Amino acid sequence: MDSSTERIVRRRAFIGGAVVAGSALAASTAARAASPLPARPQEQGAPLSPYGSRSTYESKVVRVPTELTPTQITSWDFTPLQDLHGTLTPNGLFFERNHGGVPNIDPAAHRLLVHGLVDNPRVFTMDDLKRYPPVTVVHFLECSGNGLTEWAKPTEPTVQKTHGLIGCAEWTGVRVSTLLKDLGVKTTTGWVLAEGADAAVMDRSIPLDKMMDDAILAYAQNGEALRPEQGYPLRLLLPGFEGNMNIKWLRRLKVGTEPSYTREETSKYTDLLPSGTARMFTFVMEAKSVITRPSGGMQISKKGEMPVTGLAWSGRGKITRVEVSADAGRTWNTAQLTEPVQSKALTRFVYPWKWNGEEVVLQSRAYDETGYVQPSLADLVKVRGLASVYHLNAIQSWHVASDGTVTNVHA
Amino acid sequence: MFMHKKDVWMLAALLLCVALLPRAIGAAGTGSGLGQPATPGDISAWNDDVSPSGNLPPGSGSVAQGQQIYAMQCAACHGDKGQGGPMDKLVGGVGSLDTKAPVKTVGSYWPYATTFFDYVRRAMPFTAPGTLSNDQVYAVTAYVLYMNGIVPQNAVMNGKSLLTVRMPNHDNFLQKDPRPDAP
Repeated sequence: MDSSTERIVRRRAFIGGAVVAGSALAASTAARAASPLPARPQEQGAPLSPYGSRSTYESKVVRVPTELTPTQITSWDFTPLQDLHGTLTPNGLFFERNHGGVPNIDPAAHRLLVHGLVDNPRVFTMDDLKRYPPVTVVHFLECSGNGLTEWAKPTEPTVQKTHGLIGCAEWTGVRVSTLLKDLGVKTTTGWVLAEGADAAVMDRSIPLDKMMDDAILAYAQNGEALRPEQGYPLRLLLPGFEGNMNIKWLRRLKVGTEPSYTREETSKYTDLLPSGTARMFTFVMEAKSVITRPSGGMQISKKGEMPVTGLAWSGRGKITRVEVSADAGRTWNTAQLTEPVQSKALTRFVYPWKWNGEEVVLQSRAYDETGYVQPSLADLVKVRGLASVYHLNAIQSWHVASDGTVTNVHA
Repeated sequence: MFMHKKDVWMLAALLLCVALLPRAIGAAGTGSGLGQPATPGDISAWNDDVSPSGNLPPGSGSVAQGQQIYAMQCAACHGDKGQGGPMDKLVGGVGSLDTKAPVKTVGSYWPYATTFFDYVRRAMPFTAPGTLSNDQVYAVTAYVLYMNGIVPQNAVMNGKSLLTVRMPNHDNFLQKDPRPDAP
């Protein structure tokens, strides 16, 4: 076997969903008979590079865009959860949601204006902000539209498209409370309008309580400066709150007494109920979990060991327990949680499982430290109906056929 | 160390300055001294968010003026009558919110008219956001409200009249999060 054959085998295994397709396994076994192990290199590898990039063999692990928007300027794309490990999302794979494209901002020219009900309205440069004591925290960030296609029927084939509007990162920045206390906030209750420097100058009203609690002005993600599509040079981070409120390219905070009722918080990120009334200001992302492997679009190649792994999270705190069912929710088994389990962060779970070749439905459900249990889709729909669009946190079901094919189902 | 009398005085003055420095910074604004005081000009340059509480700019625009601007700047994406195109439908849908096929438009869903003004001014038109004058934004607002049957054909929108517009769906929002809501 030559190296090109080996490459094809690897790629086919990859395309098959990385659970090792049967035909690829057979090809690999045959090839190994001719040449059991790769030959040692007899020429030098590549030289140093100023900014590392991943292996060319990983080039198919990418964000994929929605097909629901007519333009990619105001649109979103999805994190490839099925191909990721652990809990931190690589910066280049962290989902995007933009409303006026991605601006290219010179950090030296960027300014943050903080005004309104403060004793001392001030303008900050990025250098100023970095001279406040920095904090580093790990938190997930989820678009409240995550799963919006899945209310009425199973629509998207992969976990990337059903759950990929989420990422988790280590964020570094300044606590908003540090800044506001420094400027002297004149009110204890109220709202803060946060505004971006993108073409949409996008804005949301944030409760002052949240700003004074754990909100952060973040300038770094996973150890390096924010990527442009994540708000470079500065974004708001509201741990556990819906993604849309975490204003990117942040240029202004205005402290006031009332919300502004912006377009995003009235006509868009509100949850319409069957009665025709809608919920406004539903900020927290409730506890949720999903099995990422095996998941839709994959194929389990043979019977035997098939650990079930996935992610769980809650906007209200820590995940305390995740259960996995292999019989469509009739019986549940406790999964192992990978330490450290952090508040408002992705938590990896693993459930050791053997597939015996039978048709099954796999599900996971999360519990958080408030005692909340992730609901079934049927229970959630009973309350919300099918038109609320946002905040779908129901249990996800994956059907495993007797040939090992995994598909998205409602069960 | 030997010092001239003059040097001693200078040192004393310097020490006094250092001692007073934190107070001076505190008086200028913040404990940290970071950032610069925002001038009235800084604030007025960016403080243009419009809400039901106000902060509307000077200017005005009529339904008729808005119709012309809409045809040139908006119709290509939102339809000549607001029926939607590649982008959001702006007109219609009244009475549909409690059905199986709710249609959310400015007329059927949006709770505040000020939101429309604010959004158009900050984000529209899509190909050249931020280029409409305040008069033009008032006019387009008047026209879209008129197409939805919310204001009459002779309406003129300005900083006072816009605040008096009552949107049909205003009372149908629950501004409190009752979740968790499912077992």
